Amino acid sequence: MPPARTEARPRSAAAQWAGRSFARLHGLGPIVGLALLCVIGTLLNGDFATVDNAMNVLTRTAFIGIIAVGMCFVITSGGIDLSVGSMAALIAGCVILLMNAMAPRGWSPVASVAIGMAFALVLGAAFGWAHGLLITRGRIEPFIVTLGTLGIFRAFLTWFSNGGAITLDGKLSDVYGPVYYGSWLGIPVPIWVFAVVAVIGAYMLNRTRYGRYVQAIGSNEQVARYAAVAVDRVKILTYVLLGSCVAVATMLYVPRLGSASPTTGLLWELEAIAAVIVGGTALKGGEGRIVGTVIGAVLLSVISNILNLTSIISVYLNAAVQGVVIIIVAFLQRGRR
Amino acid sequence: MTISVTFDKVDKSFGPVEVLHGVGFALEPGRVYGLLGENGAGKSTLMKILAGYEAPTNGEVRINGRPVRFSGSREAEAEGIVLIHQEFNLADDLSIAQNIFLGHEKKRGWLLDDAAMRADAARVLRQVGLSVDPGTLVRQLIVSEKQLVEIAKALARKARLLIMDEPTATLTAGETERLFDLVAQLNAEGVTIVYISHKLDEVERITDEVIVMRDGRFVARDATAHLTRQQMANLMVGRELSDLFPSKQAAPSNTAPLLKVQRLTVPGWAHDVSFEVRPGEILGFAGLVGAGRTELFEGLLGLRPHHAERIEIGGTAVRIRNPREAAGHGLTYLSEDRKGKGLHVAFGLRENLTLMDLSRYARPWLRPADEQKALKVAVDAFGIRTGSLELRASSLSGGNQQKLALAKVLQPEPRVVVLDEPTRGVDVGAKRDIYFLIHKLAAQGRGVIVISSELMELIGLCHRVAVMRGGRLQAMLSADHLTEEELIAHATGTH
Repeated sequence: MPPARTEARPRSAAAQWAGRSFARLHGLGPIVGLALLCVIGTLLNGDFATVDNAMNVLTRTAFIGIIAVGMCFVITSGGIDLSVGSMAALIAGCVILLMNAMAPRGWSPVASVAIGMAFALVLGAAFGWAHGLLITRGRIEPFIVTLGTLGIFRAFLTWFSNGGAITLDGKLSDVYGPVYYGSWLGIPVPIWVFAVVAVIGAYMLNRTRYGRYVQAIGSNEQVARYAAVAVDRVKILTYVLLGSCVAVATMLYVPRLGSASPTTGLLWELEAIAAVIVGGTALKGGEGRIVGTVIGAVLLSVISNILNLTSIISVYLNAAVQGVVIIIVAFLQRGRR
Repeated sequence: MTISVTFDKVDKSFGPVEVLHGVGFALEPGRVYGLLGENGAGKSTLMKILAGYEAPTNGEVRINGRPVRFSGSREAEAEGIVLIHQEFNLADDLSIAQNIFLGHEKKRGWLLDDAAMRADAARVLRQVGLSVDPGTLVRQLIVSEKQLVEIAKALARKARLLIMDEPTATLTAGETERLFDLVAQLNAEGVTIVYISHKLDEVERITDEVIVMRDGRFVARDATAHLTRQQMANLMVGRELSDLFPSKQAAPSNTAPLLKVQRLTVPGWAHDVSFEVRPGEILGFAGLVGAGRTELFEGLLGLRPHHAERIEIGGTAVRIRNPREAAGHGLTYLSEDRKGKGLHVAFGLRENLTLMDLSRYARPWLRPADEQKALKVAVDAFGIRTGSLELRASSLSGGNQQKLALAKVLQPEPRVVVLDEPTRGVDVGAKRDIYFLIHKLAAQGRGVIVISSELMELIGLCHRVAVMRGGRLQAMLSADHLTEEELIAHATGTH
């Protein structure tokens, strides 16, 4: 393992310092990339640099962005969760079914929606908790556990919906709609929620004991265990956090279309993971960046926005352009690994 | 087939920092050299240049009078120069034979010649005295066996100049003897050997000549026979090294024990071990590698399955299921495996220091400024030598990493602290610092347990020493019975 050897060797102070400032430059990579994209977008289409378009992009980013914040915790602790897209779909389906069932039984639409949203949170946390238990107590690789639940969650949604769509009752839709379409101080609700989740996440990861433990575990689980860190509990909690983030994203998503189908949340897991990695978090764990993650999420949706606004590259190639950007960013950051 | 080496004004810089300053000396063929120096003196860097892992910034290396500039270790190995690493460079999931021939695989046409590689591996394994099948996965070996595989790997490269960096740090007495026989045998065949070690008794025993480096410079060389150990130590440190050990305080009188362990069993490792530590007492644990000392304490900390009749800390019966609960009761443990279990080498110094006692800095948000203050205090108190407080732990030298690890397990102010091999791979100066520190901990009224394979360390430091063999407590020796002979006799069962 020659790379491991060269990394483990003590380096001189100056080399270290030089390496760190270089790393800091690397840390700016995503922001530079985003700025560059925005310049390109503005040059290509005058509609890009408008407040309306910015709000539009950020609102669409909210789903993936919120999930990516939770994903950042999981990846930083050395884990991964492939199931978030399916989880979002199943939560959406269950919540709609619950709300539709409550309304005719004398519950007011507002109460139905409120209880439905609370139920989403409970479901998300419970799914995450189950992941965490299987991974820590069950000692199964996170990749395998969540690959399994990826199939399980989506299959149950497909079964509940009989292969079609589960649709929210019109009356409930009217009550629930503002959660996605409403705005406060001129800024759409999803952006507010995204911002709040990101700020809480950033503080948790960088300025709390819990966040430090998450990084310690991702950096070297054994050392953390020997240093009296409750490794299993911290790891389980990262999955609970992610599950809750998925639930929050789903709460915002349901009123948007008012339905859940087997294609809901398809490939969200990949976008969320990509946002985290583009943002400078190491996939092997130990070093997490919430701000970077947010920028990463915005960067990915700016790409599709530019493709939508311009006709240079077909919209159908959206995923291809995103893929190229992910690889370029990873290439620029490879020195730090 | 002999090889002579000349270093001529070799400089090496990492960025703007120069770690080697005009090093110049020559190695004659067929001799055994002891290369001495404190951690950070530049020995390893110089040897890495010789073995092709690093390139000199200035100056040149001549082999048999011919200037060379290796672009990698393969080129050095082609010249017959092989470095045995201090840290293990083995792929855990490959077999011993696969590791030995990694990058130098024997082939028959397009295919690997496994039979030939296994046969050759078996031959070099016999030479180093490791009686394990070459097909065994490295993962299944214990630390000392891995070290022997490293040496076997070097032998398979047909070395003409062999550099050994702390080869005996993890070996038992018997294995060390065998290694010395091997060194003598290789030397008789004309192989030049550069032996880096902090164990001056070994240097005294097997080397012909000693070369001393300090602060990136060549300091002195002399025939080993002309130097006493004390003189070697003084040359390394560059000043008179007064007594290595602090003078012993009287063993504490009959105070109530701080930690009392009754019949602790760690299945597969330790059986029915009972002992107690009083406030102010330093209790040593001696034994051969595999005697179950580390595992006993990992069990006590809840890191391994264990059961005990009774464990008391400060007079109260406690149940410890994990290191967290242990820390809660005032018991912390410094692992012998600094990089694997002791420190987050990729973390900063600050994050390492405060990890076990973060609640002190959380109100409720962590205060990096307070942590930084704590780091400054610890750097002074523990004598951690570092260029900047913003470095990663990986950039400290071994001795300073060890001091940081010590500072870390002492952050929660434990009542009883278990130090497992606290001076492994640490130079003389740092060793002395650590001994005085351990002494201070005891003087503060803490219970200190020191697990060590260095008998002199236990004798110089401890009030009492428990000797373990095969997972059982063989003897509990008080200060007036502490001699090397006595300890070895109990550890090997020849008493």
